[in-house]
Amino acid sequence: MEFFLQVLLNGLVVGSIYSLVALGFVIIFKSSGILNFAQGEFLLLGAYVFLAISSAHAPIGAALLLTFAFSAILGLVLERLVLRPLIGEPIISVIMVTLGLSSLLRAIVQGIWGTDTRPLPSVFSLDPIQLGPLPIARGYLYSAGCVAVLLVVLTLFFKYARPGIAMRATADSQQVALSMGISVRRIFALSWSIAAVVSAIGGILLATMRGGVDGSLAILGLKVLPAVIVGGLDSIGGAILGGLLIGVLENLSGGYLDPVFGGGVKEVAPFVALVLILMVRPYGLFGKVRIERV
Amino acid sequence: MRSGEFHTSYRADMAIFDTARARRVLAVFLVVLFAVPLVGSSYWLDVLNRAAIAVIAATGLNILTGFTGQISLGNAAFLAIGAYSTAYLAAHGVPFFAVIPASGILAALAGMVFGVPSLRLKGLYLAMATLAAHFIVEFAVTHWDSVTGGVNGTSVPPPSVFGLALANDRTLAFLILPVCILTLWFAKNLFRTRVGKAFVAIRDQDISAEVMGVQVFRFKVLAFGVSSFYVGVAGSLLAYHARIISPENFPLSLAIDQLGMIIIGGLGSVLGSILGAIFLTLLPEVLRLLTSALSGQFPALVQLFAPLKLGVFGITIVLFLIFEPDGLAARFRRIRNYFRLYPFSY
Repeated sequence: MEFFLQVLLNGLVVGSIYSLVALGFVIIFKSSGILNFAQGEFLLLGAYVFLAISSAHAPIGAALLLTFAFSAILGLVLERLVLRPLIGEPIISVIMVTLGLSSLLRAIVQGIWGTDTRPLPSVFSLDPIQLGPLPIARGYLYSAGCVAVLLVVLTLFFKYARPGIAMRATADSQQVALSMGISVRRIFALSWSIAAVVSAIGGILLATMRGGVDGSLAILGLKVLPAVIVGGLDSIGGAILGGLLIGVLENLSGGYLDPVFGGGVKEVAPFVALVLILMVRPYGLFGKVRIERV
Repeated sequence: MRSGEFHTSYRADMAIFDTARARRVLAVFLVVLFAVPLVGSSYWLDVLNRAAIAVIAATGLNILTGFTGQISLGNAAFLAIGAYSTAYLAAHGVPFFAVIPASGILAALAGMVFGVPSLRLKGLYLAMATLAAHFIVEFAVTHWDSVTGGVNGTSVPPPSVFGLALANDRTLAFLILPVCILTLWFAKNLFRTRVGKAFVAIRDQDISAEVMGVQVFRFKVLAFGVSSFYVGVAGSLLAYHARIISPENFPLSLAIDQLGMIIIGGLGSVLGSILGAIFLTLLPEVLRLLTSALSGQFPALVQLFAPLKLGVFGITIVLFLIFEPDGLAARFRRIRNYFRLYPFSY
């Protein structure tokens, strides 16, 4: 029972990070219908930029703000230069362009910072906190806190704020949104910069918890995909729940099945779950069902 | 003097060679191609073999993604299935002319299984399901030690013809090139048949295709099967060529490379798969030559080679998608028509 609780708790806290990263995917998908395969590189770039700024002896707070500003501008620039020319192109082109972008960004990061793991200045202390009988890493609590705050903010944003409503309208139908006076271009740009900032937060949290930043951080961009899909690509709540579900599933299956298969179950279990869930519910648990007409 | 293309019958419209000259040019090209292994250096023969294998795999992917419109990120997995089938069968003494089709069939079966979700999934969601297929196969390959040798990999005995082992690139080219040409010839003809036209109909509008009497599910699964057969054959040749295969030979980036090939070459074009595969196989080699040539002036370049390769790949994909979305095949066609109709091209 102790083991089960520990595994469950680990799953939940890891899942909260997945939720955070998944949010970045959903924000872009919700407005522009693009699944950004370069999300992992956004995490990576956020962490490295934070590292670069803070190693220039900037105070932590200022470094964080500058990193967010950089990410926001990065999102804007990429949307303008790379994604906008592809509006209206088939989905394979859009998938491929984000894959190409991910190679390019990873190459830039490798070229500048190399492949060694670099320690990040600590944003918070790494001592675990006792939660009843179970120890829990402090970083996970912060990330859970960030997720909770972002969940509330983003839900309110999409429900009440004008740009948020405009983003939903754009996702629903770009033509109708345009005819209602919404600047679809501005909405896309906005969603990319918000997603880049959310990813930078995730990247910094993760890198701090892992004790440093290196290229393997970007793999998370792929690992989170099952969470995004399971929750449904266009549901904020779904992304968060999906992240938690996948985190728990990963740790439970790893904890109990790894001895049977000799390791590695943790990596593959989310994808098995992904296939099964897609078979039953093709749009994820909370995704909007699209009715197709010819 | 020619001033345009004027087909007066369906037969002429469907013909593979629209002029007798095209036929002659191809014949000369083939003769030259088969002369290359007799004279080439071992380095360039290695490149030639890898390019030919990539052409087969890219053609397979193009049948599925370019012609049928089903996005697949699982190509590396199907390559792995083909390669490991070959390793297993060849180690048990099966001759290569049986091993290659058998590997293709095994990959095709796996492809059809992973194609079943395409009944309900489209676009992004299908891409995700095939991505899942990649990770599941990778897991199986790493953990099924008795067949695959696990993370250490397994070795493949060379194919032999009448007791003569095809153990180097020069001799192997005479196995790989004919298989490559055979598969291309089949692919080119496939799209003149009912099946091929059904594939294209599904890509253009699957619901309309269904209304017009195409059994969408059956043909989607068939497309997965045909495509994976190609990829399995490519995997089989890859195993014979690499001689030692391990899970590291089949990373996700390989699947992305192959998607890059058909994007750069041109979606829905057999010629495009050829051009794209050759382009992306040569790109790292050219980069390697450039960096070694420039390493005298810029010694730092040697260290930067890995990120440079990755970055050039990324930027090539992005630039092609933005500026030449129809790929090299369309560019080739435009240039050819310009000269063919000269001076009356307008």
